[in-house]
This record gives sequence, structure tokens and C-alpha cells, in this order.
Amino acid sequence: MRNELDFLQVEDMIGDEERMIRDSVRAFVKEQALPTLVEHYRRGTFPRSLIQPMAELGLFGPTLADYGGAGVSELAYGLIMQELERGDSGLRSFCSVQSSLVIYPIHRFGSEQQRQRWLPSLIAGEAVGCFGLTEPDFGSNPAGMRTRARRVADGYVLDGTKRWITNGSIADVAVVFARNDEGEIQGFVVDTQTPGLTRREMSGKLSLRASATGELIFDECYLPDSALLPKGDGLKAALSCLNQARFGIAFGVVGAALACFDEALDYAKTRVQFGQPIAGFQLVQQELVESYNAIVQAQLLSLRLAELKGRGQASPVAISLAKRNNVAMALDVARRARDILGANGIVDDYGAMRHMCNLESVKTYEGTHNIHTLIVGQALTGIAAFSA
Amino acid sequence: MKILVTVKRVPDPEQKVKIKDNALDLSGMNFVVNPFDEYAVEAALRLTEKAGTTERLGEVVVLGVGPKDMTQQIRSCLAMGADRAILIEGNDDDLDSEQVARVVTAVYEQEKPDLVLMGKQTVDGDNNQVPQLVAGYLKLPQATFACSLDLAADQKSLLAAREIDGGTENKRVPLPAVASVDLRIVLPQSVKNNVTDASHAYPEGPRYASLKGIMKAKRKPLEQKSAADLGIKDLAPRVQPGPGDEARRATPAPSRYQSGVCGRANAEAHRRSEGLLGLTPNVNAFTVPAPRSAHERGDKHGQRSIGRGAQRR
Repeated sequence: MRNELDFLQVEDMIGDEERMIRDSVRAFVKEQALPTLVEHYRRGTFPRSLIQPMAELGLFGPTLADYGGAGVSELAYGLIMQELERGDSGLRSFCSVQSSLVIYPIHRFGSEQQRQRWLPSLIAGEAVGCFGLTEPDFGSNPAGMRTRARRVADGYVLDGTKRWITNGSIADVAVVFARNDEGEIQGFVVDTQTPGLTRREMSGKLSLRASATGELIFDECYLPDSALLPKGDGLKAALSCLNQARFGIAFGVVGAALACFDEALDYAKTRVQFGQPIAGFQLVQQELVESYNAIVQAQLLSLRLAELKGRGQASPVAISLAKRNNVAMALDVARRARDILGANGIVDDYGAMRHMCNLESVKTYEGTHNIHTLIVGQALTGIAAFSA
Repeated sequence: MKILVTVKRVPDPEQKVKIKDNALDLSGMNFVVNPFDEYAVEAALRLTEKAGTTERLGEVVVLGVGPKDMTQQIRSCLAMGADRAILIEGNDDDLDSEQVARVVTAVYEQEKPDLVLMGKQTVDGDNNQVPQLVAGYLKLPQATFACSLDLAADQKSLLAAREIDGGTENKRVPLPAVASVDLRIVLPQSVKNNVTDASHAYPEGPRYASLKGIMKAKRKPLEQKSAADLGIKDLAPRVQPGPGDEARRATPAPSRYQSGVCGRANAEAHRRSEGLLGLTPNVNAFTVPAPRSAHERGDKHGQRSIGRGAQRR
């Protein structure tokens, strides 16, 4: 949003350093990423050519201060996600997965050997990571997963299928969760070249088209003991990763909403019908005001969340609340923007419909909107409405 | 090799300007580093590094003249990779070419760099005077409007290709010298230092400040001084607009060689005129031109074709 429209002076809540980081990523996305992204979106391919420039900027694992990370604040991380998603949710998804769902768990729960093996190359963009939790039959209910890790001498044998895995088809390393002989869920760090693991690119997506979504199929896949994520307590570890990623999403979608709003506002002010810009019509103004209003609320919510997260006080419920609110907000803003753009809104010269389609995925992944409703509902009432 | 790079802040060219009392209203304005100065920083960094390594072969000192909160723009140059900075305090409105040239001259005397590298002009006043004045005051050789720089292996001279009407002029200047840079200095192979592999191609444009660079920038030295510290009495403007100056402004007659590239104010507009310059985004797997909104392309919203015809993109 342009400065003169920042009525609540939200900009003042961001420090100089974070602003510089945000602006640097914004310039990169606008000048280097967007033109490539739109073409990839059309073709349904992930823009691999952007991985190296993003690594050079320091966008992978940016909050880590070791293994090559820049050690930036939680707010800076959030703003990076915002700027990436201002470009495209697929690009932000790539970075979310790489940073929050692969680098974070290996750093937090991994052995020193796993850290040394993977963190420097993941941060340098030489390796791509993915996160295997969701299965064809277990999305909102990961605890029901069927993938097994059978104990054998010196290791484990994995059997099962993970689906809807962002970066799945292009990843070099996967953080995968499976149920052991005792029925507990455990995390593994798996080199995707391991025999017994095959990957498939998922096709036919009408959303997140510039993102590589894949399927991981484990068939008698032998992993040595050293593949086990030693410090993670099963599903809890997985959920703590998701908390990191959901925090990033709460910020990211504000970027998508801003992109749609700015575009719709520009359009409304220049598009003339009945002898005046359509921005002069009350119905259009209402759409714009509702969008603006919702964006500012979401910005303030995410800024507060970043403050809490910086202090280590962002609870999973607070993160659910922000993810739920902000994604629904962004989807609504994108739909309003597409509407204001009229027929032009359906072509990809404009970003609104691309963002709108992307946000349908964002609403669904990382805990669906409804599941977050029930998480907050449970916290409010003390009654779980979704336990099996 | 020590390079002094001058930097001025200018109102963000992408912002809508407000006019008050026949002048730019700078209150509430977003400021950015003058794009040509940013190119000079990029060129200085390319001259003092071995590309692909973190090795530094020299020192890049950024010199800014402007108000205290210009530290923001100076930090962004440090974040790009410059080593340290000096800020001479002055008001945006006061700075005229003569005064800025005196400041640069005084700092040169203290720092004794091997090269003073400047943007050819700032995109606010578009005066294009300071580099020439500095070279004159210091009695140093000058190479203005450089679109390529090639540092000799012995580091004693610089071969500059200069943008002139009708083409480029190659000029070798002994160091120390003053050079000002033009748009094309940030093309992938415009700067050679005889250390970086000659075939190395940089991404086009000034580099983005990396997260690490930004984190490091706050720890880099930034010296703040007043004009008085340099022995300059004050920075009050020496040239005052006279009555009727506004009315006397007129469009000059087109030059015989005017190509549409030379002599325009907005550097960003230059950078995006890829059709004229043959520039394409460098990290692009497909040959897609730089993003332009439908508005910039001059499309009439109502007349757009939504087919996938060849006229699109």
C-alpha cells in the first residue's frame, strides 16, 4: 500500500532493518520474479531459475543465525513472506516449506550429522526440501496416518504414500512422518534418491500452478538409524513446524491481498464508464473500503503476532486465529478485486484471479479454515469438536 | 584501490509528486537513493571484488550529503556491500551543484581515494554538474557518462566508454580520476577489474541488498559530519532562482542525435526501456519482457483482447 494511504501509519511499527529487508525482497519480486512467475503459472511449472537468486538474497532459513542463515527477526521473516506472496502464493509456498518445514525441523530436532549434511545446502539453495505429513486419506487428521516405519536391524523400512507435498517432485530431501511398530509417529530425514522412494508430480491443479506439488511413494524404503529425527516428539514436532509455516502464511496472504487491492484501486481510478472513473461509484467505493479495512486489520493482527512470536509467546491458538482470519480476508479481497476488474479480471495480465485461485489452496492447506475454526473453538469452550 | 562513491537521496520516482509554492513538496515524501548513484555503488563494488567470492580487493566509501535521516539510504548502500560511509549534513532544498561539489572536493582531500565514482546526475534536479565541477576543482582527469569501466591490471588507469551523442567514446584516464556513470554501467558485463573472470556476467541492474548484507550494514562505520568540519562555512545555496524562472522553462530543440534514451530524467524509465537497450531480465527461464502494467502499456481497458493472440506480451 502506498504511503499516503497508510492512514493508521502501520509503517511506523516496522523497524528500519525490517523495512530494508522487506523493500529488498519487494524489489526482487517485482523486477525479477513476477515476469517469470506469470509464465510459469500459465505452464503449470515451478520457476527453478528463481531458487539461486532467492538463496543469494538469504531467503532460506533467514531466522537462523548459524549454518549460513542471516539471523533476522520473526517480523522480518513475516515481511519476507508478505513480499513473496505479493508475487505469487506458489513462490511463498516454496520458501515456507524450505524454511519452516525443512530447515526448521532439521535445525530444531535433527542430529548434528543431519544438520551438517543438509542445512548449509538448503540455506544456499543447492538443495530443495519438502515435508511429508499429509496422506491421500489423512489431511486434517494426520494422527491417522498409515505410512509405517517398520523396525529392522540398523534402521527402518518405510511403506506408505504422502500426497499434496509442496516441492515433493523437485526435492532433494524430505522430512517425513511415519508410524512405528509401537504406533507412535516419528520423523525421518530422507534423501529423495533413496531406493524405494518414488515421486510423482501432481497435475491438473487449477491453483498454485507455479508450485511443484508431488506425491511421495515409499515401497520397502530402507532408512538407516541415522535418518531418524532424534529430538522430535512425533506429531508434536510436526505441528511445531506447521506453527512456523502458519505464522508465515498469516503474513504472506497480506501480500497477496495488497497486490489485489493496489491493482483494483488503480484500475477503478482509470477505468471510465458512464463518463466517470468507476471508483466514483458508491458500489465500487464500498468494495474498495471493505478490502482496505480488512487488510489493515489483518496487518495489525500479524504485526502483533510477530511481536508475540519474537518473545516466544505466540501460542498455536493465536497462530490459528491469524491464519484463519488473514487467509479468509485475502481470498475475499482477491474476489472483490477480480470483480472490480470486470472482464479484464479474468486474464493473467492482471494478478487478481491468479491470487484468488492460489488462495483457495492457502485456505485449505496448513490446517483448513474449518479446522482452525475448531482449534479456536476448542480453546474458547474447552470442548474439542474434532477428536476422533 | 579505494573508491569514493557519492550518493544523494531523491524523492521516490514511483511516487506521485506534490507541488506546493511552485516547488516540490517534500513533506511526507518517500526517499530513495538516486538511481544513478545506486549504479555507481554497483560499479564500485564490481571494481573491488572477485565475483563469486567474498574477497574484497579494495574499499568502497559512500559519501552522502543530506539530512540526518538520510542514514536510511546510506545504510542501504552499505547493505549492498560498501565498506563504510560518511554523511555530511545538509537540507535537501539547499543543496546546489556548487555546494555539493565543494563538499565532495573537501572529502576527497581527506580520503585521497583512487577514484571518485558518481551518478551522472540526480533524478530530482537533473543538473548533471557535480562530477564535472569536482574534477575541475581537484584538477583530476574526468570520464563522464561512463557506460563501461575497465580497470587496468596495474590499477593505474581506467578505460571508460562514454555515452556521447551518436555513439560511445573510449577514453583512458590515469588514476586518481573522477568518473560519472550512465545507465548501461549496470549491464552484466559493463565493469571489468582484471581479477573477476572476464567472461563473468552479473545479473543486470544494481544488486539487491541481501539479508546478510542488511544485518551487517548496521555495524559498518557511518561517520556524520557537518560542512564546518570540512572547513566549509555553510551549505546555503549559491544559486537562487530569479523571478520568472518558471516561465522561462522551455523544451529544448531536439538534438540531431536524440534517440529517446539520452537526456531523459528518469533513470528507472531508462532501465525499463529494454526495447531500446536490448535488456532482458536475467533470471528468466523464458523470454518474457519486464513487467509492465496494462496502464503503462497504454492499453485501453475496454479495448483489450482476451484471446491468446500474438499481440499479447
